[in-house]
Amino acid sequence: MHLNKIKVRFLPNFTVILSALFLLSPEILHAAWGLNMTPGATPISNEVYNMHMTSLYVVTAIGIAVFSVMFWSIFHHRKSKGAKPAKFSHSTTVEVIWTIIPFAIIVSLAIPATKLLAKMDDTSKSEITIKATGYQWKWKYDYINEDVTIYSNMASDSVDASQMNSGIDPNTADNYLRNTDTALVLPVGKKIRILTTANDVIHAWWVPDLGWQRDAIPGFINDNWTMINKVGVYRGQCAQICGKGHGYMPIVVKAVPEKEYQAWIEQTKVALNSKNSDSNKDFTLAELKAKGEGVYKANCLACHQANGQGIKGVFPAIDGSPLANLKENIPAHIHQVIYGKGIMPAFGEQLSDSDIASVVTFVRNNWGNKTGHVIQPKDVLAARKK
Amino acid sequence: MSTIAHADHDHHDHKPTGIKRWLFSTNHKDIGTMYLVFSLIMFFVGGSMAMIIRAELFQPGLQFVDPQFYNSMVTVHALVMIFGAVMPAGVGLANWMIPIMIGAPDMALPRMNNMSFWIMPFAFALLLGTLFMEGGGPASGWTMYPPLVLQTGKAFPYLIFAVHFLGISSIMGSINIIATVFNMRAPGMTLMRLPLFVWTWVITAFLLIASMPVLAGAVTMLLTDKYFGTSFFNAAGGGDPVLFQHIFWFFGHPEVYILALPAFGIISQIIPTFARKPLFGYASMVYATASIAILSFFVWGHHMFTVGLPITGELFFMYMTMLIAVPTGVKVFNWVATMWKGAMTFEAPMLFSIAFVILFTIGGFSGLMLGITPVDFQYHNTYFVVAHFHYVLLTGAVFALMASVYYWIPKWTGNMYDEKLAKIHFWLSTIFANILFFPQHFLGLAGMPRRIPDYSVQFTDFNMISSLGGFGYGISQLLFVYIVIKCVLGGKKATSQVWEGGRGLEWTLSSPPPYHSFTTPPKVTKTLMDY
Amino acid sequence: MASKDIYFVPESSKWPIVGSLALFTLFAGSAMLLNQSPNAKYVFIVGIAAVIYMFAGWFSNVIAESLAGKYNKQVDISFRMGMGWFILSEVMFFAAFFGALFYARVLSVPWLGGEGSGAVTHQFLWPAFKASWPMSVMPDSTNFTVYKDIVPAFGLPAVNTLILLLSGVTVTLSHWALKKAQRNYLNAWLAVTVALGGLFVYFQATEYHHAYTELSLKLNSGIFGSTFYLLTGFHGFHVTMGAVMLAVILLRSLKGHFTKNEHFAFEAVAWYWHFVDVVWLGLFIFVYWL
Ligand code: HEA
Ligand code: HEA
Ligand code: HEC
Ligand code: CUA
Ligand SMILES: [Cu+2]
Repeated sequence: MHLNKIKVRFLPNFTVILSALFLLSPEILHAAWGLNMTPGATPISNEVYNMHMTSLYVVTAIGIAVFSVMFWSIFHHRKSKGAKPAKFSHSTTVEVIWTIIPFAIIVSLAIPATKLLAKMDDTSKSEITIKATGYQWKWKYDYINEDVTIYSNMASDSVDASQMNSGIDPNTADNYLRNTDTALVLPVGKKIRILTTANDVIHAWWVPDLGWQRDAIPGFINDNWTMINKVGVYRGQCAQICGKGHGYMPIVVKAVPEKEYQAWIEQTKVALNSKNSDSNKDFTLAELKAKGEGVYKANCLACHQANGQGIKGVFPAIDGSPLANLKENIPAHIHQVIYGKGIMPAFGEQLSDSDIASVVTFVRNNWGNKTGHVIQPKDVLAARKK
Repeated sequence: MSTIAHADHDHHDHKPTGIKRWLFSTNHKDIGTMYLVFSLIMFFVGGSMAMIIRAELFQPGLQFVDPQFYNSMVTVHALVMIFGAVMPAGVGLANWMIPIMIGAPDMALPRMNNMSFWIMPFAFALLLGTLFMEGGGPASGWTMYPPLVLQTGKAFPYLIFAVHFLGISSIMGSINIIATVFNMRAPGMTLMRLPLFVWTWVITAFLLIASMPVLAGAVTMLLTDKYFGTSFFNAAGGGDPVLFQHIFWFFGHPEVYILALPAFGIISQIIPTFARKPLFGYASMVYATASIAILSFFVWGHHMFTVGLPITGELFFMYMTMLIAVPTGVKVFNWVATMWKGAMTFEAPMLFSIAFVILFTIGGFSGLMLGITPVDFQYHNTYFVVAHFHYVLLTGAVFALMASVYYWIPKWTGNMYDEKLAKIHFWLSTIFANILFFPQHFLGLAGMPRRIPDYSVQFTDFNMISSLGGFGYGISQLLFVYIVIKCVLGGKKATSQVWEGGRGLEWTLSSPPPYHSFTTPPKVTKTLMDY
Repeated sequence: MASKDIYFVPESSKWPIVGSLALFTLFAGSAMLLNQSPNAKYVFIVGIAAVIYMFAGWFSNVIAESLAGKYNKQVDISFRMGMGWFILSEVMFFAAFFGALFYARVLSVPWLGGEGSGAVTHQFLWPAFKASWPMSVMPDSTNFTVYKDIVPAFGLPAVNTLILLLSGVTVTLSHWALKKAQRNYLNAWLAVTVALGGLFVYFQATEYHHAYTELSLKLNSGIFGSTFYLLTGFHGFHVTMGAVMLAVILLRSLKGHFTKNEHFAFEAVAWYWHFVDVVWLGLFIFVYWL
């Protein structure tokens, strides 16, 4: 089924790319085909880009020089052309020269690199601090001093399309694998400090347009900064292998004007405060199931899979699991979702009472689990208080 | 009895026969052969995993394998290729050629030699067996970073012990090589007359002895962290996950030179032969190799630029890393200078060597770019890195190994290989390898991370090209196997000299050489080694 | 003898492959034990037995060849090189653990306590943690055992230091005796060395017992417990191995195996013993004392 599409899409591009290779003009290549590093959206990312281009030109020049000599020799000093081998086997002068020249080249690259590194290292005088925490497999952002915390999962159309043989063309998903449900909103023109850390395993926070990536290490915090110049949406993803969902940990940064940023902060605060406003409401089974399916997709599916079967030996099946079926296990089930267990993370902080109630209800009434149990937000609230 | 004493007074070869010849062998050539065959098998095993990787990456979306299994393919592919294919191939060549090149009857410690081989299949049984276990194989990347690796299921202790086991094998192998080279040289075979292949291997052996035990220590700490409650890599107990990375890369970077140095040695043998001209700058080659080896212990941090080292550390590692380009450059320039004003012919070994010089250098160039810390913040963990290390590993180390097989197989079997087919194999390999890995530079620069089973759609085209190149390269290797088997079975008889430009002791022995290479030590004079 | 002029290449031998298989069984058995697989014990025990069988068989082969006079000077040099480089590899193995110790003391613990680049780490993640070494209070001791006290350097460890240093002297004395062909002194000094080795292991065990039961200093007492037990534990293991090897040498010596010119096995074990000794000095200084 895919074959036709591949041919159509692939063949013309192939020829174009090959000819583009010969053009070797980085700007054109970048614009047209994504062949090169992005100059990015910050002063630093521009400098990084320039450093990259400088080193690329330097090595290309060395390559051309060395290989030309070699090919000249290959064409002229061949036996079939009657070449007679010379006898020489060393020359101190030449050897000294070709030790010193590369050394000089390296020094000339190292100096600007040192300066750039020092600049990137200096996080002083920043105006806003964000703490980015990697989880398997999502990001949490704390706006320090603002008392705002958001979680950022992969957008659900990407989740759907990325399932094994989903039958959904990835081209139809909005920014496939590089889109989130909640973006990290930042103001332009401000020095922003970004602290990276992790909750479980090592992740890495990377948005190419900002010019750097940094590991997020559990138990330690790394200190970085950025200053975005252009309003826009910048996408990236987790860059350090972090298990099964490593490919599914997108990062979206939305850079907006200062005013809009302030408005967004206020709005988010309000939304966060009302997060648990429905804790005392009661819902029907159908309502809970419908909501729970979305929560499941965003939070549980990565491990326990769409079919609830998990992965043998790593993540247990929930379909048919006693914890998700027996009535006496309801409290334990809620407890495990709130507080986690072993590799399974705790969801109590990021999910509201109604989220947890609905996902537990969903799990207990889906696939082969047909318990009819209905868990209400107040049950969760009660479990939290204990 | 097959002691030399015996062989001395009747010159017939007294080989043990049947299966025992192989299981119980103490003969450097038989052990070398076993190593080489094993590594070829492993190359196919690791290659098949690479084919699964490339098949999954052919298009966006998940088509064939689950992400967890994908990760374990990446992990095991790397471990198999590095520890199962390239390293044993190097040791196999060392076994076959070092005693012959230095005029010794055999390796210094023949029984230990056999054990270092037989450990390999058993160690890989431990490792590959995990793929069939509950929870699947190790899936944390070959670098085994905690805490992720600690989430491995039943495979975990097998992974750790397989690494220990392989370490034991390498250490025994290296001790043997060092003892052989320093103790078994024929009279007149002074150190500065040693063929470069021997030199590079001695230095490699030192790297192995100094680095493998460190890896063993690192994985031991993983084991105790997982099962015995220690907290080396856990901040809650005062440790640091990054500590593992320091220890791992203290091993890991010398390791990549363990793969590369023997390849340098091979190239330094082949180019003079086909240029019919002595190697340019012999002494500087030796010193450059030694410098690379020493420097390789001080650059490990370049794999960890993004973990948040203090800036002084980052600068130190950046400078050291860039410095390695100098001695490596000396080697490249010396090879070119050896070709200069030679009388070259272009049989398969030479073709592969020329491709090596070009493609390895390209890999070295991207290495130098990676070494620039602030820019590595953009390159790190992308396909740019994947492209870099496949250029130095596949079109570097593996191409050199291919060259060495064509170069020495007439000596090993007594038959010439099929030159025409070998040339076809060369062109197919070179073209496909570049289609396979060159586009990965672009993918990396455009922002595609490594170790992901699925990618956003803008990366599709280059991934397709890369996969097609991969399939092409893989299939071409079947031709290699065919050529090797054909040559073993028969063919034009090879002379002792084999190559017109061949110099050194190996070309004074018959093809194939007698069972015990030099029963009486040859006298080595300058003219024997030189042109 | 013709064979003395020529490098001895042994005929084919089954020991290498037996050894590989034995180690395979041992590793598989250990992995199964850790995975709590059924029957793991048996695989493990078979593995141990096979390894012992291999060592015994292999070495008796070597000893027989040596006694038969098949090894010339050159073979002897190969053996020496082999042992020397093997010891270097052991040094590097310990280096990894010493590296971990220094890293924890100089870098990770101070960082967690807010020094150097650890300021933010400390501020946001471990505000209550105070760096110190020995580190009695961990950043988060939920899953760890907080210990009451550490083992003081100038108690049993100091005694053990003396014991090992002394044993280094006695093994040298016995070597001198061997070179002067004074058999009785050789055996006597060797026996003293073995006894000192045994005593060291005994004291070490006592100290562990004390630490575990009374000080509640355990493997899981944070990074201090981790480095303490892995360093001293691997060292203790090496001492045990060394003492066993010394005992074997003693038995062989009692059988009259070594001559004043040919006694490579003796020297190899003596080197090993000195190596173990030097490692201990490092341990005593950096683990117990400073
Ligand atoms: C055979 C193996 C091999 C070899 C030889 C090399 C050689 C080099 N490597 Fe590579 N490397 C790997 C195998 C190898 N590498 C692997 C496997 C990884 C990834 C591991 C993982 O994460 O899984 C890796 C990763 C890696 C990184 C980490 C990237 C990252 O993860 O972000 C870096 C960074 O500095 C690096 C640098 C270098 C350098 C500077 C060299 C130098 O030695 C290259 C020197 C050579 C030249 C420069 C060309 C010839 C020189 C001249 C013609 C002279 C003139 C040149 C100049 C003045 C520039 N390598
Ligand atoms: C010496 C080392 C070596 C060698 C030779 C290779 C060879 C190859 N490698 Fe590998 N590779 C590594 C070392 C090596 N690799 C390492 C260290 C990593 C990093 C792992 C990590 O991230 O942890 C890696 C990672 C890696 C990746 C990145 C995966 C990821 O990050 O997600 C990819 C992707 O393309 C890849 C591809 C290939 C391919 C196509 C080959 C080909 O050259 C293989 C060709 C060989 C064959 C194909 C076998 C022979 C032929 C057959 C079996 C016949 C059948 C053929 C067909 C069905 C077509 N490798
Ligand atoms: C990072 C992976 C991960 C995520 C995400 C995850 N789980 Fe789990 N889950 C696990 C693991 C691992 C276990 C086994 C825990 C143990 O017993 O140590 C588990 C166990 C369970 C069990 C018990 C199964 C049994 O039979 O023991 C239930 C029920 C469950 N999870 C529900 C959920 C729900 C609901 C969510 C989402 C809100 C979720 N899980 C998200 C990994 C995960
Ligand atoms: Cu998180 Cu990769
Ligand atoms: Cu490196």
